[in-house]
Amino acid sequence: MNKILKKEHFSPNVLHFEVEAPQIAKTRKAGHFVLVKVGEKGERIPLTIAASDPVKGSISLVVQRVGVSSAKLCDLNEGDYITDLVGPLGKATHIENYGTVVCAGGGVGVAPLLPIVEAMKKAGNRVITVLAARSKDLVILEEQMRANSDEVIVMTDDGSYGKQGLVTAGIEEVLLREKVDMCVTVGPAIMMKFVALLTKKYNVPTMASLNTIMVDGTGMCGACRITVGGKIKFVCVDGPEFDAHEVDFDEMQMRLNSYKEIETEAMKHYIETAAI
Amino acid sequence: MNMDNNTKRNEPWREELRKSIKNKERADKSRVHMRELPADYRNKNNEEVNCGLTKEEALNEAKRCLDCPAPSCTNGCPVGIDIPQFVKNIERGEILEAAKIIKQTSALPAVCSRVCPQEKQCEAECIYAQKMGKEAVAIGYLERFAADYERESGQMAVPECAPSNGIKVAAVGSGPAGLAFASDMAKRGYSVTVFEALHEIGGVLKYGIPEFRLPNSIIDVEIEMLKKLGVEIVTNCIVGKTITFEDLQAQGYKALFVGSGAGLPRFMNIPGENLIGVMSSNEYLTRINLMGALRDGDTPVLSGKNVAIIGGGNTAMDAVRTAKRLGAEHAMIVYRRSEAEMPARIEEIKHAKEEGVEFMPLHNPIEYIGDEKGRVKQMRLQKMELGEPDASGRRSPVEIPGAIETIDVDTVIVSIGVSPNPLVPSSIKDLSVSKWGTITVNDGMQSSVPTIFAGGDIVRGGATVILAMGDGRRAAAAMDEYLKSC
Repeated sequence: MNKILKKEHFSPNVLHFEVEAPQIAKTRKAGHFVLVKVGEKGERIPLTIAASDPVKGSISLVVQRVGVSSAKLCDLNEGDYITDLVGPLGKATHIENYGTVVCAGGGVGVAPLLPIVEAMKKAGNRVITVLAARSKDLVILEEQMRANSDEVIVMTDDGSYGKQGLVTAGIEEVLLREKVDMCVTVGPAIMMKFVALLTKKYNVPTMASLNTIMVDGTGMCGACRITVGGKIKFVCVDGPEFDAHEVDFDEMQMRLNSYKEIETEAMKHYIETAAI
Repeated sequence: MNMDNNTKRNEPWREELRKSIKNKERADKSRVHMRELPADYRNKNNEEVNCGLTKEEALNEAKRCLDCPAPSCTNGCPVGIDIPQFVKNIERGEILEAAKIIKQTSALPAVCSRVCPQEKQCEAECIYAQKMGKEAVAIGYLERFAADYERESGQMAVPECAPSNGIKVAAVGSGPAGLAFASDMAKRGYSVTVFEALHEIGGVLKYGIPEFRLPNSIIDVEIEMLKKLGVEIVTNCIVGKTITFEDLQAQGYKALFVGSGAGLPRFMNIPGENLIGVMSSNEYLTRINLMGALRDGDTPVLSGKNVAIIGGGNTAMDAVRTAKRLGAEHAMIVYRRSEAEMPARIEEIKHAKEEGVEFMPLHNPIEYIGDEKGRVKQMRLQKMELGEPDASGRRSPVEIPGAIETIDVDTVIVSIGVSPNPLVPSSIKDLSVSKWGTITVNDGMQSSVPTIFAGGDIVRGGATVILAMGDGRRAAAAMDEYLKSC
């Protein structure tokens, strides 16, 4: 059982939790994730570790309220316990001094990007971070990103903050002006797909951190499988990071919708019963 | 057979029991049949299919055992249960004593009696089957009777343990191998910790084998027994990730047993295999058995009207019978060889057929076709015929050119086997693994790193529950020897 030490809202539907997990706080690296289960009958859902404090023995998780399982987690309060939490899972991000690195994140994907930005900076890279959100109040972790980046470009769909446009516009601005050695992207599948198409055009190697459906997270079931370079890979053990130019994002997007109808129905039911 | 068994066989009560009925009379009795739930009732729920024996049936069946002077049945048991000793105790009505004898060597008798392929193990070695051309004594049924009787009596005996020696050892994985290892080491006086990656204990017993074959409540009682032996169990902990082998050494663990299994599912790499509704049997069964999908769990599962299971092993039978229970109109086994080559237990095949499962032997999928949303809607099957025997001694399937048919399916469960999970082996330096990814061990289950032992599927690839338990026992014996010699 892992105690929730701190809970705060980043935006109405995006929450930040600091959770007691001393062993994980010690061993985790950038790119690692955990699986979380709320309640005895709960579902196991993957969440990337956004930060950790080995001294305090805690890890940070950023959760977007989208379905029943994330809602159950978001409804927990400080002092409550998460029934099951296991990790760190996946392969750590490959960090080295590439030169200039563009780190691009969208939506709640900005949270898993934070430890990568920190590690890239620490490895001596010049780090340019592009943050994207639908509107101003959905921009998260900007301050932490600025503290670890040489430059931060904020993009909003509606132009309410930073520059108006998609994440790709922000990246292209950098690509047109200077030589970029590596790009890292985390966000919705559709966003990563367009980032990959753009950087392919400019011949910039690109890593994408994928978020697929998972059950066990240890390679046991293959629910998270995707096609990379024509081969089946399991995101939980082979990833979550892959060469973005090799990933079949359309297939990934399709597979993410496997349970869409069931999930929508379950969420409707959850909201109705919670209202009573 | 050792001296100990001989001594026991010479005990007065046993000699008397042998004389009480003539061998010919014993041999003339016919083997008991276990009652089962009716097929058209049980295929709509999750209740256990096999009902167990009544006391009268068990006592009668026990009378068939000839109490052979050199019992070969025991040799067929991977954990070496003293079979005549427990069977004769049933015959004289000392059921709790019988249960105690089984538990001396078997950590999970109620589980093993349900899932062991006895027809290939102890019962295959029974003198009736070996020499007399008769049906073997129903050893598995009797073991189950003794274990269930003891559990229901509320007087479960805790096996005796040697005094604590203060030495810490660890097991990685709480499946059958890890649990058997833990039980034996605890009995030897070691302080044992079992590390489990999932949130539940039991490995394949929990996530794989369905309730209708092995109720979870029964596994839990046997696991509680291990805790009474002093075994400590840590869930949600992945050795190699959450905690490293070096961490364990630093914490004073003197040796490690790896029983992490062969969890990695294999796929066929054919077009359409990543469509929605195509999944591994591990995923399907985990969602249903471990996560409670479609019962009371938050986890969803896709299951439809036309469900095809690809494969012919026990896991395939578990998956297809589960699909039928979830309301599939057509639950189909698609297997590339003929039924005679199916690796599943004959009993499972029989049960599946009774429950309305359709069998399509000599068919092999070559492609899956999806609808506009990416959900599988059809599969293309290549018809096969049997050719020459292959390396495994089984006749290999050969394509019949041009014989292809297309069948409607909305769910496909791929159950063609598993590979060893590399997660643990790859996290330990200097550990040698085979080209298949299994950990290489000597006769004592000791790996290339002297303090690391391994057993079960991580050593064998996909095998059986009882072989895993046998490995756990052998590893415990060898580790004990090794640690004493240090």
